[in-house]
Amino acid sequence: MIIVNNDFEPKLVGFLCRWCSYQGADLAGTSRIEYPPNLIPIRVMCSGRVDPSFVMKAYSEGADGVLIFGCHPGDCHYKEGNYKTIRRYSMMKKLLGEFGIEDERFRLEWVSAAEGEKFTEVVKDATEKIKKLGPLNWKEVLEV
Amino acid sequence: MEKPKVGFYWCASCGGCEEAVLDLNEDILKVVDAVDIIFWPVAFDFKKKDVESMEDGSIAVSFINGAVRLSEQEEVVELLRKKSGLVVAFGSCAHMGGIPALANISNKNEIFKRAYKKVPSVVNLEEIYPQEKVKLDVGELELPSFYNTVKPLDRVVDVDYYLPGCPPPPDLIMKAVHAILEGKLPPKGAVIASDKTLCETCERNKTKPDKLKIKEMKRIFEIVSDDEKCFLEQGIICLGPATRSGCGERCIKGNMPCRGCFGPTDSVIDQGAKFLSALASIIDTNEQGEIQSIVETIPDLIGTFYRFSLASSPLKRKKLKA
Repeated sequence: MIIVNNDFEPKLVGFLCRWCSYQGADLAGTSRIEYPPNLIPIRVMCSGRVDPSFVMKAYSEGADGVLIFGCHPGDCHYKEGNYKTIRRYSMMKKLLGEFGIEDERFRLEWVSAAEGEKFTEVVKDATEKIKKLGPLNWKEVLEV
Repeated sequence: MEKPKVGFYWCASCGGCEEAVLDLNEDILKVVDAVDIIFWPVAFDFKKKDVESMEDGSIAVSFINGAVRLSEQEEVVELLRKKSGLVVAFGSCAHMGGIPALANISNKNEIFKRAYKKVPSVVNLEEIYPQEKVKLDVGELELPSFYNTVKPLDRVVDVDYYLPGCPPPPDLIMKAVHAILEGKLPPKGAVIASDKTLCETCERNKTKPDKLKIKEMKRIFEIVSDDEKCFLEQGIICLGPATRSGCGERCIKGNMPCRGCFGPTDSVIDQGAKFLSALASIIDTNEQGEIQSIVETIPDLIGTFYRFSLASSPLKRKKLKA
């Protein structure tokens, strides 16, 4: 039997590209679309600026999930920043699996400046899935 | 004048760091002339009680190698910290956890099962495992506790300086010894080595093309590697971009890629993640499926990217199942 703790509110850290995804999130706000308040958005110049150490640091300091939002492939303001993100993401996914961090806790999503709706859908979906998984609690992992 | 007192200790390590001290060759005589060695389990018969009877702070410097995995190591290290003016983490294992800390992808239970039951050369039908306490006719016997997580030295006691390397090269050891004897100490917490990356000082950097691009990862035994070309250009994983220099490129000169024993430079918190970032960005394709299949050819990401630095990385270990 899986016990779902309904009181648990996951902490999600989101890295948003300033050209597309952050604008998309802004649009979600100005359009007054409702979505869970679990995501802490961090604006970065490009999804390619997201150093894998940022992700590691987020988990180690209490994030239950990390989401990277970037421009759609081909739309990068810096031409190929998000392609680098795709490559790092695939490798990180495997690495995090080796650390025992579940797939659902790490996501890469493409959100353009016009996709406020999509942004909220992703945050909703990620929050629900991680709620089911339960807390990651990395600090406690280290104490055992 | 009384000579400064020096202690050596080993925790979870292979003994290579002790040999590195002997690698000083004739220089070791100068060291022995200048200091009094008061504790060195591998070489002299001093006991823990000898150290306990000393005044706090009376040892000038303790060089401690090895990672901390047993309660006994924790106890001795804490004792040495109390008795010493300076504590130097000597070698990769004390500095970052090193090879012994790769046990952090496992746990006590799994390790005991493997070592005392599953290993082909062991027959253990009664499934007897080491116990921390055993009652015998002569009384109760104790063994140190074995922890789930291996730690670098600075997660157990305050560390003043780090001497990196597996093992630290003789010239860096002498540099540290001179700095301590002459009182010309760097700021506390310094890693006594260069703050450049290995690629910056590597001879093979000259042969590196402007843009590195690789389509295939190869392991060193799979090909006959060129002894002048950049390893990454040949598709061989070399941790040079994410590793501190100062080792004298010993491995590269032996035609072996860097494995990262010097750890990251000062500004980096996660050597493995930093290397992943560098390696992923030189993969020469943008096609998702192809990227995936290239990633799949690296069998053990933690063991390759965090070979020496797992225990000091932000995540520190694999998640233990609750």
